Amino acid sequence: MPNMTPNKTPMPEQPAEVRNKNFEEVTLGYTDEMALNEAQRCLHCKNQPCVSGCPVSVPIPEFIRHIVDGDMEGAYQTIKSTNSLPAICGRVCPQETQCESKCVRGIKGEPVGIGRLERYVADWFMEHGTAKDEKPQSNGHKVAVLGSGPSGLTCAGDLAKLGYEVTVFEALHSAGGVLMYGIPEFRLPKKIVQKEIDQLKQMGVTIDTNMVIGKVLSVDELFDMGYEALYIGTGAGLPSFMNIPGEALVGVYSANEFLTRINLMKAYLEDYDTPIIHPRRVAVIGGGNVAMDAARCAKRLGAEEVSIIYRRSEEEMPARKEEIHHAKAEGITFRLLNNPVAIHGDDQGKVNQIECVEMELGEPDASGRRRPIEKEGSNFLLDVDCVVVAIGNSPNPLIRSTTHGIEANKRGCLIVDDNTLQTTREGVYAGGDAVTGAATVILAMGAGKHAARSIDEYIRSK
Amino acid sequence: MFRIVEKKALNPSMTKMVVEAPFVAHKAQAGQFIILRVNEHGERIPLTVADYDREKGTVTIIFQKVGKTTMLLDQLNENDAILDFIGPLGKASELEGYHKVAVIGGGAGCAIAYPQAKALHQMGIPVDVIAGFRNIDLVILEEEMNQVSNNLTVMTDDGSNGNKGFVTDALRKNIEAGAGYDLVIAIGPIPMMKAVSQLTKEYNIKTIVSMNPIMIDGTGMCGGCRLTVGGKTKFACVDGPDFDGHEVGFDEAMERLRTYKKDEERETREENCRLMRGAEHA
Repeated sequence: MPNMTPNKTPMPEQPAEVRNKNFEEVTLGYTDEMALNEAQRCLHCKNQPCVSGCPVSVPIPEFIRHIVDGDMEGAYQTIKSTNSLPAICGRVCPQETQCESKCVRGIKGEPVGIGRLERYVADWFMEHGTAKDEKPQSNGHKVAVLGSGPSGLTCAGDLAKLGYEVTVFEALHSAGGVLMYGIPEFRLPKKIVQKEIDQLKQMGVTIDTNMVIGKVLSVDELFDMGYEALYIGTGAGLPSFMNIPGEALVGVYSANEFLTRINLMKAYLEDYDTPIIHPRRVAVIGGGNVAMDAARCAKRLGAEEVSIIYRRSEEEMPARKEEIHHAKAEGITFRLLNNPVAIHGDDQGKVNQIECVEMELGEPDASGRRRPIEKEGSNFLLDVDCVVVAIGNSPNPLIRSTTHGIEANKRGCLIVDDNTLQTTREGVYAGGDAVTGAATVILAMGAGKHAARSIDEYIRSK
Repeated sequence: MFRIVEKKALNPSMTKMVVEAPFVAHKAQAGQFIILRVNEHGERIPLTVADYDREKGTVTIIFQKVGKTTMLLDQLNENDAILDFIGPLGKASELEGYHKVAVIGGGAGCAIAYPQAKALHQMGIPVDVIAGFRNIDLVILEEEMNQVSNNLTVMTDDGSNGNKGFVTDALRKNIEAGAGYDLVIAIGPIPMMKAVSQLTKEYNIKTIVSMNPIMIDGTGMCGGCRLTVGGKTKFACVDGPDFDGHEVGFDEAMERLRTYKKDEERETREENCRLMRGAEHA
């Protein structure tokens, strides 16, 4: 008999007033009993609507069945058959708009906690799993993957399974891309990312760090070195600024810089040399997940007041509901329908105030969201000693600008064939944020899988 | 890991290292930089490529011991290895098409000015080098700069080498004497680059400065190295590090460079204490 409780089994988490002072993971994961309880809420629908909501088509009811049967190894292998990074997806996927949004249980209550169960299985495997990934027989073909974020890692893993000799080139000193530099420790512990990467290495994937492709080696040189195809998964790493006065003041960070200093370079740990401003009053500009991450990091660095400044209302915020909820619980102030117009500084060039205007919502714009309109004369000042600009990123032009034949659209996103993900240059494929602009981990992974299939077909047809 | 094949103290505060980094050596050009990290817990810092040997696969860096990272780096010896060494980054200097060039180096900036002078000299373009130091004990690369220049002028702030004054004094003198420069390259502390740019503006001589702001990744990802150039925001790591000296907002760049000044002073002090303690116990 399925468990007909209308609500998800709650996930234990650190109390808000405790966790907003540390960088440990916020949510603690299910116990065996909780996982079984939640797994029994699945109705195992024949038509599996949840699977259609997953960009990488994880056989969801099948893995949940294994949990009910107590076969965690089986559950893990089932997820792993289509998703190479389960411990990561279980934590950062927006399940509420994907698999869980299609769950039949969601009609009269809460959907099955698919993400929580995925995380449970992946964590169980990391602790107890016995099966080791082995290097498949090589097929003698070399493929280069540029960028070691979720898209590149997925593409590399899928190609390695097919026997390709894959080298992943990473510009920074650690692999993982946004999983390492962007998403904070308290949402995605870095040792989990590292373990997933280590598993790829066991499968024979080579990861070359410190390799800025476009500078150290060009795309042409990679072909000359014997790589038969390339996958560009370099993400959206170019920070946007607002182009308002005062953005160059000391204490104004792009979210990328602020988060990289904290996550990749561990500025919050005493024994790391990474400098960071320890602010008292922080304004984070933007309403996406990155803005939530930056605000919650600032709080954990010891800031007394952290405000999210967003020009629309909460309804239009692109951040996940769960992240907004967590941020509020941790004491982040939401200044909605406010838009910064200038940042002011002292005589040493340090930020001391941010000037905003109030906004009101007008008719829907091209994005379908109601367009914010400035209320004239509503300017006001907020005292701050740090501003984090989290209004988005566009794809980094480094590879495109140094490579012949790879074209991009007006927004700098690489142009690809929808069916194959091949760029405008033969043998060069691309996907993830480099093509779509900033999006989610799982969409980037979906593109990585798609490109791996196309690259396999391309090389076999040569 | 990147092995140090040669280490030499140039003066009490500056060190030269030759590092095995074949990928960097293969592509490096005058004006480009590398980013290095000494150890797992270390900062990433940018340093300009001072020289390279494509055949041996080595890159020369010259650094001044000013903060914790450069002090840690200086503790490494020949055959030790640097954990991360990434490059070449940034755009190469555009040196084509000039007829007579003045290369100005200030202090540690001479380490970067030298490869520029060398590149111009190899292209057959006449070069005057003007180098400035606080005093005679800090003079570096005198012989090297002499070899690649038509005229080398070394100035000291205190006159201890018999040539008291700033680089701008020497530059003005040369210009007034009819040197006929169509390009001035100024590399050194920001106040020096600013002063040189103000001077050359008077004479309407094109001036290139090399900016060395705080940065993390060197690929355009963090935006920490942003500068205002001609009223527009530029990233030194990918748009530079060379910029038109008449367009750069030097005061803002100076303030941004001081972002972590307190941290750095504190760390350097602590580090010195630790080293002193180590010496006492030895």
